Amino acid sequence: MTMLRVEGLHAMHGLLPAVRGVSFDIAAGDTLALVGANGAGKTTLLRTLAGAHPATGGRIVFDGTDITGWPAHRRVREGLALVPEGRRLFPGMTVEDNLRLGATAGRAGTWTIDRVREAFPQLVRIWKAKAGHLSGGEQQATAIGRALMANPRVLLLDEISLGLSPKAVDGVYVSLQSLRDARTTTILVEQDLNRSLSFSDRVACMLEGRIVAEGRSAAMSRDEVMAHYFGVERAAAARDRA
Amino acid sequence: MSAIANLALQGTLLGGYYALLASGLSFLFGVMRIINLAHGSLAVVAGYALWFLAERLGIGPFVGILVVMPLMGLLGWILHRIIFERSMRAGDLVPILSTFGLATVADNVMFQKFGADTRSLAPYIDTFAYDSWQLPGDLYIGQLSVLVFGLAVVVLGGLHLLLARTSLGRQIRAAAEDPEAALLTGIDTRRIYGIATAIAVMTVALAGMALGMRATFDPYGGSQQLVFAFEAVVIGGAGSLWGTLVGGVVLGIAQSIGAQLNPQGFLIAGHAVFLVVLVARLYASDRLAGILRALRARTG
Repeated sequence: MTMLRVEGLHAMHGLLPAVRGVSFDIAAGDTLALVGANGAGKTTLLRTLAGAHPATGGRIVFDGTDITGWPAHRRVREGLALVPEGRRLFPGMTVEDNLRLGATAGRAGTWTIDRVREAFPQLVRIWKAKAGHLSGGEQQATAIGRALMANPRVLLLDEISLGLSPKAVDGVYVSLQSLRDARTTTILVEQDLNRSLSFSDRVACMLEGRIVAEGRSAAMSRDEVMAHYFGVERAAAARDRA
Repeated sequence: MSAIANLALQGTLLGGYYALLASGLSFLFGVMRIINLAHGSLAVVAGYALWFLAERLGIGPFVGILVVMPLMGLLGWILHRIIFERSMRAGDLVPILSTFGLATVADNVMFQKFGADTRSLAPYIDTFAYDSWQLPGDLYIGQLSVLVFGLAVVVLGGLHLLLARTSLGRQIRAAAEDPEAALLTGIDTRRIYGIATAIAVMTVALAGMALGMRATFDPYGGSQQLVFAFEAVVIGGAGSLWGTLVGGVVLGIAQSIGAQLNPQGFLIAGHAVFLVVLVARLYASDRLAGILRALRARTG
């Protein structure tokens, strides 16, 4: 069953077209990894899906409903939640308040305060601490927990290891394993290619705002993906034609 | 000794009025970073609404406020939709300009409708306007002043509890800290801002009632009230609710002392304290920034 369908999506980053005709489907329960160089349009794509960024063309169909023009908070209510790049916690508020805010959408489901505390045990100790005072890893765990509190049907994870120590990244991914086990539909943007490939079912390579390659993660080698990273494949094809 | 005690007491009670007046201004600035220059004029609007109910329909201000408060809340919600929301999108300066325009329009509409006569709510509350209690040490306190001070504490305390303890308050704080992150968390920030503005303007209704009961007002009296509210907010620290109470009391005491020194000193003393605090704050934040920079340079 298709959970999210994106058809010919366009979006601008300022005056630059950052997403240029992206189309893909994601089936319920799948995890899709988006890879590509900086500036390939991955973050703009996720923000457009979440409603933080307007689409200038194309359609976003979420579980059969066209949500292209919906404001972000309404998408969260329908079950589409983004963990934004840079985490974007409310720094003056406690971890608990940040998580409780995540439940504003009022969606029933398996994710509750208790379950988040179970999945992210590192948060228990800092429960009443201000989010702005936490380490990067703790902040990221809070940000993911906050998104999960909305009981999303599709979770968008943007650069969750950015600025974290390798140990903190490990910690975050260990916690994410429970998402994988629960078969939460996920779209992941991650710089670390090995992690992207091992964590996902499918992988899509973005280059200059377009998806240039797509396949099953298990079937794609690291070198294959790397070749698409900077358009080497295309350059090689052009050379062959010449 | 008794004179000094009296000065402090009357100044504090006067400060209660300023705190009540300033609470809506402080709340709105804290939540939406909007400096509402129509704040004083809205208080006068509420005053006229109460006067109208009392004069034409025979409804006393204490009952009338039950009608006027929700109406002012509705007015606040509408103002957010048609003025604040749009002007906020256009940058930091536009809300100041548009609320200045709103104040001018409100003042002139009131002038058209009610004329230049000075009005007061005092005639509609019997002797409550000047009844007082005697305290030991030959001190007298006006019952109305005590009520207004109590209202200020209740309003500021209520706003504080709302922000700290309720789900709505949590959403308001989140929308204040990071509007986009709030949207992405599922918070309808447009609705939240509308509610916050409605609450702020409801407190203005109470301030308008206090203004009308303890003194007089006329269509162009709003700007003077805005100045008092603004001074109380700045003295107490912008956006801090309990600071607003302190700011109001400091302003009230300063004005009372000024009036004691010279009949003209009432306003000047208040303005002087405001300016001293303002300059001290700027200087302190400058120095603080300098110290932090130096520290960072040393550690980095």
